[in-house]
Amino acid sequence: MRYIDHHAHMVSRTTDDYQQLALTGCVAVTEPAFWAGWDRSCGDSVEDYFRQLTEFEPRRAAQFGIQHYTWLAINPKEADDRELSREVLARIPKFLDRPTVLGIGEIGMNRITRNEIATYTEQVELAIEHRQLILIHTPHLEDKLKGTRISVEVLRRYREIDPQRVLIDHAEEHTIEMILEHGFWAGLTLYPQTKISPQRAVDVIEKYGPERICVAGACDWGPSDPIAVPRFAMEMRRRRHPDAFIERVVFDNPVRFLSQSPKFKVTSTGAAEPARVG
Amino acid sequence: MKTQAPGCPLTGAQIVDEYFIENRTRLLEIAAFLDRLDRVDPDCAVKDFRMLVFRDAVDALGTPGDRLHRIQMLLSDPTTEPLDRLDRKSALGAYDRGAKETRS
Repeated sequence: MRYIDHHAHMVSRTTDDYQQLALTGCVAVTEPAFWAGWDRSCGDSVEDYFRQLTEFEPRRAAQFGIQHYTWLAINPKEADDRELSREVLARIPKFLDRPTVLGIGEIGMNRITRNEIATYTEQVELAIEHRQLILIHTPHLEDKLKGTRISVEVLRRYREIDPQRVLIDHAEEHTIEMILEHGFWAGLTLYPQTKISPQRAVDVIEKYGPERICVAGACDWGPSDPIAVPRFAMEMRRRRHPDAFIERVVFDNPVRFLSQSPKFKVTSTGAAEPARVG
Repeated sequence: MKTQAPGCPLTGAQIVDEYFIENRTRLLEIAAFLDRLDRVDPDCAVKDFRMLVFRDAVDALGTPGDRLHRIQMLLSDPTTEPLDRLDRKSALGAYDRGAKETRS
């Protein structure tokens, strides 16, 4: 079954993982800007990372017939550092015209500090100014509820924001209603421990329906699974959901959301021409 | 393109047939974890804020209806005020309600 993983930190993964993605039906991944696991020392370091995301990684994915797109941001784990954040935000606009950049993300909060909220707000305004799609990270574990509430509150202050152009990721059972009821897209990220399992993600789909919900693996440098989306599809099959319904969640829905960027070249009939890079 | 929530196509008996063994395993893992902690440090089991919430969450399993949502809320930070300063990089898995009460 064909699918799209809208949240995969492929710079942290091996080429073998691209092969696994291709073998399991993945036609496109989108990669949000992320924390390296340690704090970067300066804007130059982040700019090199943006070059990796927009130049090197699409070529690596293309070897396996997978289209690679990206989102740019100062990620929430470093967003408390206001000086670094300002440096990075000043560098983002020059990358926004690149052919595989879909928007601003992943932005949001980590521990929900005043600095993180200030950086998040500036990134929302950057997205508005440049008419970009927005991908939002919601915090982990005990911080998720509070972080999601504040993220939504900030977004609702801006009349210019069309909620259908915003995907709020890492949703769980206690946050998905507030995301959907305000018109945003919700992402369910399938993670071995700290997010949502394929079984619980299927429960969410069964309870709320598939409208404006996408699933992703969110694989990165930690314990995570690059082929979590096919595992979700397998769980749907285990419960006797029809293939057309499963494909709506794992393929049609991400196509609908991501196609709001004219740069996204996968259509509902399948992958069109790959984006040109480099 | 509005769609209704599809629900689960399986019958109750099919759900039990399909999922009983894996959830039996999870139940035994939780029991083993609690026993291990009791053997090693019974005080920790009743003093660590994470374990206090964990026990409340285990109790919540006994009451039917929306167990998962109730447990998520037990584990979550219920406050609305941002932190003035970054205290640490990562979440711990449960909110320390006692520490908050001590601070305020």
